[in-house]
Amino acid sequence: MCGSLLWTALLWAPAAYSFCGFYVARGDAKLFNHASKVVMVRSGDRTVLTMANDYSGEPDEFAMVVPVPTILQKGQIHVGSREVLDHLDSYSAPRLVEYFDEDPCRQYAMEDRAKSMAPQALGTMSRSREERARSLGVTIEARYTVGEYDILILSAKESGGLQTWLLESGYTVPMGAHRVLASYIRQGMKFFVAKVNLGEQKRLGFAYLRPLQVAYESPKFMLPLRLGMVNADGPQELFVFAITKNGRVETTNYRTVKLPEGMDIPEYVKDEFPGFYRSMFTRQVENENREAVFLEYAWNMSWCDPCAADPLTADELRGLGVFWLGSQGPQGFVPGGPQNTFITRLHVRYDARHFPEDLVFQETGDQSNFQARYVLRHPWKGDTSCERYGEYRRSVRERRAKEAETLASLTGWNLASIRRKMGGGWSEDDNPPDWWQRIWNN
Amino acid sequence: MRADPVTPRPPLDPSAAASRRHLDPRFYQIAVLSGLLIYGLGWLHFDITPDRAALLLSTALLTQYVCTKLWGLPKFDPKSALISGLSLCLLLRTNYAMLAIAAAVITIASKFVVRWNGKHIFNPTNFGLVFLMVVGAPVWVSPGQWGNVAYFGFLMACLGGLVVNRAARSDVTYAFLISFAALQFGRAFLVMQRWQVPLHRLESGALLLFAFFMISDPKTTPNSRAGRILFACLVTVLAGFIQFGLYRTNSILWSLAILSTAVPLIDRLLPGVQYDWSRVRSKPQPQGVPDEAASGVRQPALDRPALGPSGV
Repeated sequence: MCGSLLWTALLWAPAAYSFCGFYVARGDAKLFNHASKVVMVRSGDRTVLTMANDYSGEPDEFAMVVPVPTILQKGQIHVGSREVLDHLDSYSAPRLVEYFDEDPCRQYAMEDRAKSMAPQALGTMSRSREERARSLGVTIEARYTVGEYDILILSAKESGGLQTWLLESGYTVPMGAHRVLASYIRQGMKFFVAKVNLGEQKRLGFAYLRPLQVAYESPKFMLPLRLGMVNADGPQELFVFAITKNGRVETTNYRTVKLPEGMDIPEYVKDEFPGFYRSMFTRQVENENREAVFLEYAWNMSWCDPCAADPLTADELRGLGVFWLGSQGPQGFVPGGPQNTFITRLHVRYDARHFPEDLVFQETGDQSNFQARYVLRHPWKGDTSCERYGEYRRSVRERRAKEAETLASLTGWNLASIRRKMGGGWSEDDNPPDWWQRIWNN
Repeated sequence: MRADPVTPRPPLDPSAAASRRHLDPRFYQIAVLSGLLIYGLGWLHFDITPDRAALLLSTALLTQYVCTKLWGLPKFDPKSALISGLSLCLLLRTNYAMLAIAAAVITIASKFVVRWNGKHIFNPTNFGLVFLMVVGAPVWVSPGQWGNVAYFGFLMACLGGLVVNRAARSDVTYAFLISFAALQFGRAFLVMQRWQVPLHRLESGALLLFAFFMISDPKTTPNSRAGRILFACLVTVLAGFIQFGLYRTNSILWSLAILSTAVPLIDRLLPGVQYDWSRVRSKPQPQGVPDEAASGVRQPALDRPALGPSGV
């Protein structure tokens, strides 16, 4: 069986979230199908692109065709580590934090003693094939074997020849690719074609495909999406992790929208976080008419708060291609370590109708931190009694009512169903207090 | 000098001038820009806080006041500075309050300082933004912040058109929009892109803001209609080179700033009547006073010396 034209339709294995401090989340299920992950390390005109896939089919059926701005030398291609990418994913993923209410009576007593107590936020190929290629107007600029991949760098004069060559070479080119290929050829783009070298893969002993990395120098700060849309059955999911020196990265030809964050949501979401994240993201995509790119994380790599995972070490960052860190540097994570690495995590759900153009980016000077963070607050459930306990119960009831509404608004889930899941005692069974109850606290 | 044969603005009699006095186009501009800012802050979540907007506006007004005193202008007119400040609120993004202050000061001061032959050379907001980007300050302009919602583009065009019609120099806007659309569709045809690609690029709030509120600045565009059309086309061509040759963002802002320096040459080659809003004003101002056509956007020069019909 031949390979398939693939830049998308890759399954994104879920991030394995770790715990630290008050951070908590569940991400054991597949969050998004048809997702790809790309790391773009960029400074000046230099770009290092890491293209990750969690392709789970037969290795001999894997093929990837990516338009690239320049002809790549062998040294510009590398096979990276999936672990580092998973680490980057975990570090920047939307997160859930939880706080536990303290004993309200003890709290009130402390307030009485010190009125100023403010709540703290705890927070391969023969000669004849080359000749055939030439006759089709396709030039094989270079051919390398890097790691478990056979790589070809192609340039073409016209798309018909390129498409014919790809088909004759065993690649499945979907209907409609012709026009997209033509457009990239006219824009002077080259084609990076990767297939798995089964012999090398067996020798190296990897059971999975490692991410491919390419380094090039070009003023084009963009990501070609359109080949992926040719054979897509429905919207595609893309995560872009941009690592830059100066600040946040945003798209210039589409709105970059921050995900809503910082909201209090019901406790039970702790066990349904993947579903929550998926529903919430889908809702936000719809709210923006499916035309926006979403910012999920923007942070200086030297720290995090709360940490969904430790920041990447200097070695890991160098592995991803952060060339400005140099060969020397801290070997492990050192708080306050690499200061000039800023990560931006962008998430986009795209289809041909709403994203007619490739994504074009710019690096801004925005160093402000942003994270998609959601908060669980657990009420005090221990034994306690004091005069103001009723007041605390009312405040929790109001808080939970608001949490239910927030969750319904964020995800589009049914409010009654949310209330039901939240359980009784502290929730819908207790009607909101009448207005007069607030006056005299009775 | 000869009269600009195509400027449809006969001298107005005093009563007509008086009746239009209260229709100073700058009020429309302020209203439109304020509306855009409120829409941007409330619905599009622009990356600017109300505090920062207030800082930009107050700094612009203060700078205008100080410059009014320093250059001995007869009276302080806040309208121009307000327009410049609003334009900065819509375009300038930075993490640093000091840079916001610097941007507002540079923007307003540029119209008093960077002058040639009685006209300021650069559109003030365009100059303020490009100056800070050239010196490498951590400021940026987010062309994608507007999104591509069609109705919004339509709304912008209507509102912008209203202002342009009152300013009577809409030729430069139309010339730019037509040439820019031709550039985008031409480029898409050449590289065999779908027609949705150029359309997507044209459905941009940033483009409309530029076309209706910035390049149309009557004080920094050439005096003759032929010159203005040439100028608009040149801005398009250079913007095309910056966008598709150099692959840089904000190509239209860079192009306008660079080509503004060519306006004196265009005025020499294609002479025309210098723009003068005093013809709609009942009381002329003293000679030798720097004009007020400052803003991030085009605006009338109510305070520059009146040339009147005799000046033509």
